[in-house]
Amino acid sequence: MSLLTVSGLNAYYGDFQALFEIDFEANAGEVIAVIGANGAGKSTFLNAIAGNVKGQGNTVQFDGEAICGLRPWEIVRRGIALVPEGRRLFSSLTVEENLLMGAYAKKKDAWPLARIYELFPQLKLKCKQPSLSLSGGEQQMVAIGRALISNPRLLMCDELSLGLAPKVIHDIYETLAAIRDLGVTLIIVEQNVQQALTFADRVYCFQEGRVSLEGRAAALKPEQVSRAYFGLDGAA
Amino acid sequence: MSGWIDSILQGILLGALYSLFAAGLSLVFGVMRMVNVAHGDLIVLSAFLAMWLQRVMGFSSTFLTLILLMPLMFAVGYLLQRTILNPALGEDILRPVLITFGLSVIIQNGLLQAFSADSQKLHGGRVEVASIALPAGLAVGTLPLLTLVVSTALIGLLQWVLYRTKLGRALRATSDDLSTAGLMGVNTPHLFAMATGIAMVTVAVAGVFTGIRASFDAVSGPDWLIFAFEAVIIGGLGSLWGTLAGGMILAMAQTTGARFSPSWQLLAGHLVFLAILILWPQGLFPRRTE
Repeated sequence: MSLLTVSGLNAYYGDFQALFEIDFEANAGEVIAVIGANGAGKSTFLNAIAGNVKGQGNTVQFDGEAICGLRPWEIVRRGIALVPEGRRLFSSLTVEENLLMGAYAKKKDAWPLARIYELFPQLKLKCKQPSLSLSGGEQQMVAIGRALISNPRLLMCDELSLGLAPKVIHDIYETLAAIRDLGVTLIIVEQNVQQALTFADRVYCFQEGRVSLEGRAAALKPEQVSRAYFGLDGAA
Repeated sequence: MSGWIDSILQGILLGALYSLFAAGLSLVFGVMRMVNVAHGDLIVLSAFLAMWLQRVMGFSSTFLTLILLMPLMFAVGYLLQRTILNPALGEDILRPVLITFGLSVIIQNGLLQAFSADSQKLHGGRVEVASIALPAGLAVGTLPLLTLVVSTALIGLLQWVLYRTKLGRALRATSDDLSTAGLMGVNTPHLFAMATGIAMVTVAVAGVFTGIRASFDAVSGPDWLIFAFEAVIIGGLGSLWGTLAGGMILAMAQTTGARFSPSWQLLAGHLVFLAILILWPQGLFPRRTE
């Protein structure tokens, strides 16, 4: 069943058009990777769904409801959470305060803190520390925990592995697998194509604001992907 | 010797009044990095509203007008932020400054129309003239002492709200990163309006206490704004306890300056402010952000 349906989404920064006629679908329980070169529009796409970038028209449906044009705080209440690029932790808040901010909009069905600490035991030990005193990997865990505590049905992660050591990336993807097993639908923006293809059920490749390739991760051939990624012969 | 001690004591008490002026300014700046140039005029507006409320409602004491004035000013602040100030916030920090400057002119002229240019004073009753004798021939006025208690309690309360409540956590988070706070489900325009509403509650208190202590007229606002600004900057932008200390340092500079010559009172305050601005541009107690 389709949880998120995007049809013909255009998005702009002022006069600059960043996304062109994006069609996209995520089914409940699926893991979808969005790949593409820098500036291909991947982050813009996630931000347009989350309401941070204004999309145009009635083009985004979440669980049967049109959410295009809603403000970010209205969208998160409907069960969509975003782990933003660069983590964006609240610098003057402690680890625990950061996590609690994720549950700000949810009165009833938010996760208890204990459940986040079960997933990330090392955060419990550092819960009273300023968030930026943690290592990069731990900060990423806070960012994921902060999104997860709102009990989202759709979790979108932007460039989780950027700047992290391979061991840390491995751990983070193990946690993502655990989150997936809870039935949360995942959309992952990932620079590391190999990582994306191994982890995801389906892949969308973006190129200059357009979808250049879409398919089941297992069925895609490497040359197909590199063509769609770099646009070598312009074929989509 | 006791003259100097008296100057310092009176400085601390006067400083409590300055920090009442400055608490709301500090809160608004801390949360949304917005400088409200009309802050002083809003304090004067509160003083006039207190006078009017007492006349119309027949309150036995001016202090009692706060029961109505605080919610009224909260509403004024909330609506002001939602309708006029929120749209002005953004990359350009000059826009809210210009808009609140315009607001300041409008409030002053509105007050002139409504209450004339006459100097006014609020009546605080017996507390106004009562004082408590201290050893060595010193004495403190009951009203200044009450101001100190109220000012400290108010700043303590604001600090508690900021650091111990869900609202305060959201205010600090929004101050750190506006767009990410939105992603967490914070309705940021509403939250900013709450902050300004709370700031206006402090403005209501400041208006009543200042109006009882000193005379005021429709254009007193800018004079009071200067003291509020200086207190905030001496204490460190965005730090509430710093603002309390800043108000006291400013006032102590004024009262000790006045011991040399009455004409030195204001000048000494401004000079100390300038010296601190040069030596510690971040203020004495800046809020830690890292």
